[in-house]
Amino acid sequence: MALERSDVENIAGLARLAVSDEAITQYQAELSKILDLVAQMNAADTDNIEPLAHPTDAVQRLRADMVTEGNQREKFQTVAPATEAGCYLVPKVIE
Amino acid sequence: MHNKTIAQIAKDLENKVYSSVEITQHFLKRIEEQDKTLNSFITVTAENALQEAKNADNLRAKGEASVWTGIPMAHKDIFCTDGVLTSCGSKMLSNFVAPYDATVVSNFKQAGAVSLGKTNMDEFAMGSSNETSYFGAVKNPWDTSRVPGGSSGGSAAAVAGRLTPGATASDTGGSIRQPAALCGVTGLKPTYGLVSRWGMIAYASSLDQGGPIAQTAEDCAMMLNVMASFDTKDSTSIERPKQDYTASLNNSIAGKTIGLPKEYFSKDLDPAMAAAVRAAVSEFEKMGCKVKEISLPNTHLAIPAYYVVAPAECSANLSRMDGVRFGHRCENPKDLEDLYKRSRAEGFGKEVQRRIMVGAYALSAGFYDAYYVKAQKIRRLIKNDFVAAFKDVDIIMGPVTPSPAFKIGENTSDPIAMYLEDIFTIALNLAGLPGMSVPAGMVNGLPVGLQLIGNYWDEAQMLNIAHQFQLATDWHKQAPAGV
Repeated sequence: MALERSDVENIAGLARLAVSDEAITQYQAELSKILDLVAQMNAADTDNIEPLAHPTDAVQRLRADMVTEGNQREKFQTVAPATEAGCYLVPKVIE
Repeated sequence: MHNKTIAQIAKDLENKVYSSVEITQHFLKRIEEQDKTLNSFITVTAENALQEAKNADNLRAKGEASVWTGIPMAHKDIFCTDGVLTSCGSKMLSNFVAPYDATVVSNFKQAGAVSLGKTNMDEFAMGSSNETSYFGAVKNPWDTSRVPGGSSGGSAAAVAGRLTPGATASDTGGSIRQPAALCGVTGLKPTYGLVSRWGMIAYASSLDQGGPIAQTAEDCAMMLNVMASFDTKDSTSIERPKQDYTASLNNSIAGKTIGLPKEYFSKDLDPAMAAAVRAAVSEFEKMGCKVKEISLPNTHLAIPAYYVVAPAECSANLSRMDGVRFGHRCENPKDLEDLYKRSRAEGFGKEVQRRIMVGAYALSAGFYDAYYVKAQKIRRLIKNDFVAAFKDVDIIMGPVTPSPAFKIGENTSDPIAMYLEDIFTIALNLAGLPGMSVPAGMVNGLPVGLQLIGNYWDEAQMLNIAHQFQLATDWHKQAPAGV
């Protein structure tokens, strides 16, 4: 399936990836080839086939709604790029 | 000393032939000498390892040792290790010191094992050659101009180069079995849900499964005894009675029926590889096994379905890498969107970006049924093929890879060519079945892997069959020149 340049720009936007004009051209060709490979699925008749979400058809386990873990904010924030007063810092969002 | 298996080291430690500190120092020295060439480790935790070894020796002196006490091993850098860099082979996490241990890591700590460090891998486990690692390609110890396979290429190369007796690994589409095959070591991908995924950085959550790489099936059984555990922190972990995978290794395998899928001996398979695999199968006939041709008619749909499921799930999983809470952040972001976009574009390599974009496309509005649901229906067809086959056979065998290890750089310009490397391994992940790669021959001086495919939860039988093969053959004892 041949993707348009605008498709790739749109996908890169959805995926939050800054992609240069030059790279868009490369991805356009590569992603189109991957989607061609994927399109081989269409030859299979899958009418009335139940999608397989879990290999052994297990279902989601539930647990009691109880606190099981203590607060480790300081430990977890040691790996953050920028923090202040226990908050994660990002560029100003609201003027 | 470094050619010893985990089982032999366990015995030697028990008999006080050497101490844990001595064997740990031996492997650390080998890593120091050999790994400049192989590049199989991202991080070596020498100081930690020696401390753990010392603690192990103390426990043993007090008579409190168990089977794993003081045995050195390594972890794939996909497993979070508290206080130690956990990069997942990516620039994105090249500054990420994990704040907790993965369940697999804490299981080994509790068992008393000594961790030598973290092994190299394809970035976020996306690759079949270990060339996508931010920390550089890993070299195959059999021929350093060739790839070790991937994504667990560091773990496989480190075991083959005898830099560690065993290493943890993970398999989403073949990432344990393919590098084990290309490096001439033994690897096992368990049934989906047997080994906890908690703290194992997610690539494609419905396919990912941790498992061991070691020299022998017996060692893989010993590692699986530690790795397999029910874990409430992994919502897809399955609760099952604890099993001792070493208990049935010596059972007779006479009378077992082996299925050979005709689709696995197609034109894609190098004829010399096919001959090696068939020769291995005839060893089993000598041991009293029966061989039967079977058909897995939907095999050809595995790669197309995988390249929807895996990218779709990775695009969701990797959305957490946003430059805000951990990982790489770009310089001087002008606003929040710029921060996200540039941090991710700078932090992720090309292959990861390709897969994220394929996934984002497949999951975008209007395409979900045509891609993800269609692929999940194909997973059902592939599973049904195996379920039908296992009505007639005890185990399925075939090749792991279409050809032996390829040259570094040979497949990097064509992503599709690289994807086809996993043609015989991916179907198991889609079906959630367990599989192994066992050294079974040589082609042009390079190792050939025999793939064993077991029924659900049949790891013990698979290990029994692999162990019996290793008692009858010595492919697994062969080591690269100079090792």
